[in-house]
Amino acid sequence: MKRRDFFKASMPILLPTLVNGISLKALAETPFLRLAARGAGEDRVLVLIQLSGGNDGLNTVIPLEYYDAYHNARANIAIPAEKVLRLEGFDGTGLHPAMPELQQLFNAGKLTILQGVSYPQPNFSHFRATDIWLTGADAGQILSTGWAGRYLDQQYPHFPQDYPNAGMPDPLAIQVGSLVSPALQGPSLTMGMAISNPNSFYDLIGDKAGTPDNSRAGDQLSYIREMSVKTDQYAGVIKKAAQKVTKQSDQYPAPGKNPLADQLKIVARLVAGGLRTQIYLVSMGGFDTHAKQTDGADTTTGNHARLLARLSEAIHIFQDDLAFLQVEQRVMGMTFSEFGRRIQSNASGGTDHGAAAPVFVFGEGVRPGIIGQNPVFPDHLTVNDNVAMQTDFRTIYNTILEKWFQTDAREAAAVLLKDYPVLPLVGGGV
Amino acid sequence: MFGARKEDIDHFLRKSPKKAVRELLRDDYPIPAPPVNNYNDDKYTDPEIAAGADWTVSLKYDGMNNGRRRNSFKSWWFGLMVGQDRSLREKMVLFWHNHFVTESNTVDNAMFCYRYNVLLRQHALGNFKALVRAVTAEPAMLRYLNGYASTKKAPDENYGRELQELFTVGKGPDSHYTESDVKAAARVLTGYTLNYKTFTASYDPNRHDPGDKQFSAFYDNHVIRGLKGKEAEGEVDQLIGMIFSREEVSKFICRKLYRFFVYHSIDEVTEQQVIVPLAKLFRRKDYEIRPVLEELLTSRHFFDPANLGGMIKPPVDLTVGLCREFHVPFPAASEYLDQYGFWEQLRNQAAGMQQNIGDPPNVAGWQAYYQSPEYDKLWISSDTLPRRNQFSDRMINNGFARNGKKIGIDVVAFAASLPHPEDADKLIGDSVQALYAVPLPPEELQFIKTSILLSGLVGMSSDHYWTSAWQACQNNPDDKANRTLITNKLKNLYRHLLDLPEYQLL
Repeated sequence: MKRRDFFKASMPILLPTLVNGISLKALAETPFLRLAARGAGEDRVLVLIQLSGGNDGLNTVIPLEYYDAYHNARANIAIPAEKVLRLEGFDGTGLHPAMPELQQLFNAGKLTILQGVSYPQPNFSHFRATDIWLTGADAGQILSTGWAGRYLDQQYPHFPQDYPNAGMPDPLAIQVGSLVSPALQGPSLTMGMAISNPNSFYDLIGDKAGTPDNSRAGDQLSYIREMSVKTDQYAGVIKKAAQKVTKQSDQYPAPGKNPLADQLKIVARLVAGGLRTQIYLVSMGGFDTHAKQTDGADTTTGNHARLLARLSEAIHIFQDDLAFLQVEQRVMGMTFSEFGRRIQSNASGGTDHGAAAPVFVFGEGVRPGIIGQNPVFPDHLTVNDNVAMQTDFRTIYNTILEKWFQTDAREAAAVLLKDYPVLPLVGGGV
Repeated sequence: MFGARKEDIDHFLRKSPKKAVRELLRDDYPIPAPPVNNYNDDKYTDPEIAAGADWTVSLKYDGMNNGRRRNSFKSWWFGLMVGQDRSLREKMVLFWHNHFVTESNTVDNAMFCYRYNVLLRQHALGNFKALVRAVTAEPAMLRYLNGYASTKKAPDENYGRELQELFTVGKGPDSHYTESDVKAAARVLTGYTLNYKTFTASYDPNRHDPGDKQFSAFYDNHVIRGLKGKEAEGEVDQLIGMIFSREEVSKFICRKLYRFFVYHSIDEVTEQQVIVPLAKLFRRKDYEIRPVLEELLTSRHFFDPANLGGMIKPPVDLTVGLCREFHVPFPAASEYLDQYGFWEQLRNQAAGMQQNIGDPPNVAGWQAYYQSPEYDKLWISSDTLPRRNQFSDRMINNGFARNGKKIGIDVVAFAASLPHPEDADKLIGDSVQALYAVPLPPEELQFIKTSILLSGLVGMSSDHYWTSAWQACQNNPDDKANRTLITNKLKNLYRHLLDLPEYQLL
């Protein structure tokens, strides 16, 4: 049930009385009503998949259209043309052979590829570029808040003082697999909660993992941990949501085999369990492939291939699980990385820090296809040449805010600190 | 000590454990300067004591200055803990405060409170028997447990009871003093009064019960013969001598020291192997405190890895310790208003975590130091644990502000004080070692490095991204973007380390 419907249904009962002892007049100013007025976007979920290290876009989405130039630029790591996975309706573009699941997803109309995503004057430092992506800043701008944090602060004013409440009993955002990201940083504190690793999630919901530590310090620590679960105001709702889901897709690999899949499994469980949390962040690392990006003998294998295979597998199983749990329509996912890599490969069989790269957006709600063109290769390629920007990453954020979360344009511009265009990214069918 | 600074640790690491402990047990440090008038406000200006001047020279007390001075006293005391020498003295002052409890609310006189605190400091590492004798005739205690109002006509049993039950023989399995012993002790103790002109105690033989006092079999049916006149107060010495003839006194105190310094639970093995020999030493040394602490703190048992991190930090250890570990700079004595103001803010933080110095909850002290079976776990509740985390978060984020001044943790300075801040592994490892009593598992260290310092970058070669960012920050401090980045990462690092339960362990 959508929250607006929930509100409509409960309104006649609430109106003449009090809600938790607060008169309706007071309630009128609370986020509860604000939320209720927001409409269909509010039960929609965005899952951000951060690929840390700077993913090599040219070996992820391969420009078959310019295959010779591509091959010349990076002969030592180029994927053989015949191995590239084809995309229906787009002969000039294909996917790395390690990602058959994403090929299927694309052909099934549930994956959109955005080409050449970056921002003007791209930064080549991991840390700075990551901050730019997470805060939504211009290259020369230092922001102390995250883009998602600003969105949540706008939609759920007076956090955390007035939360949890009847309108929003659940965490505003959840990050699985690491500490709370700068993306979720609000004006004064973070708007999200972190489930720092999958084990701590299973601890939280009472599925104890690992062996108890019987030492004196261990005993004190487990007491403090227990108490900290009790004091986490969201522990209860998370546990309840998790317990509602007793069965998930059987395709997930064994825990630890694919950490991204482990994280997404938790996300699927919480979404299906009924959390109203709108934004989830998950991540995987290892994309900083300066050397030995591919195995020498077979460029379709090696480190980068393994990473892409995990990404592809994890997204596929996640989608499968969402369908199994009947929440597929509510969830949209997006991958991003702080930058792409250089057009030319280096002599150590890898690629150095670059600029623009493709972004994947997936789910039932996408308008499928490819947005943008294959990257163009300069005639006289030098080691410093980069993939050019076609799409500012913030137009993707803007499109998600306006078309997926159905925030009005003015509010989206306030979140992103500027007016960005809307891309044909979100389908009309959802 | 309450939290060790890095240079304290380095200092002691250069010495053998024995030498280090001996130095910690020195008490020839000067007696600190007394508290000053920081309390003039828009409703009151002390007509006698100038702003910034020592108020303990004043013998004038009224409804306006008393509460203000008490407040000043408590903040001053907090300041002594923050600014302590490399000595166990301040820690022992807190130990004795929790042992010989007085509550400033009940004592209700700033001068008594101050003098009592000075007494505890004087005897902190001295002789326990002498301390008991001194406490017995100390105005704050006479006031707190009504000794000043106890006369031969109406002996008040309060001090006579607690002297035995809480201060000396205790309630251990071998303590069998009786109700009649309480009554007899109360009669011995009659005669004290308080002089509110000089704020001293005096002894008035006319108020003293001159009859003989018969004690129970626990005290071998000892009789204290009634004394009169100038001799009368000598009964108190006899009483204390009689009590101290019971071995249980030494065991009781050794158990309490053990619980304060090592671990809350004392099993039969510990009793036999640690407490009994320690108590024997205590008696042999005629109740000198230092040899017992030296023996305990240099024992193999104390250094047994199994005992590391076995205790939950009391709130004072957490708040004072954090300030010391991170070199949180307080204003100098010349800026006493802000200095006391900040001490007060932090003292209130500890009070919010349920340890309000100067005012334990009752005569038995803070429950967490004695209440079986939970003991120190009582410090951690669904109310106090978030307060602890909010406190450390706040010290890292914005700190505490007052009159445009600020105190807080300078994360960059702390990192820079470590031997290798440019090395991500060493930065985290050294921080953990400096801040925790227990190690963190390797996968946790790895997780912290990847998710905080390296923004998710993994792999052998990723560490240099931190190294170059740190070095760039050192070489080019004007690069605001990089400095912000380093500062934020370090803030995240230390917030995380201080929020982990490991930081709550002692």
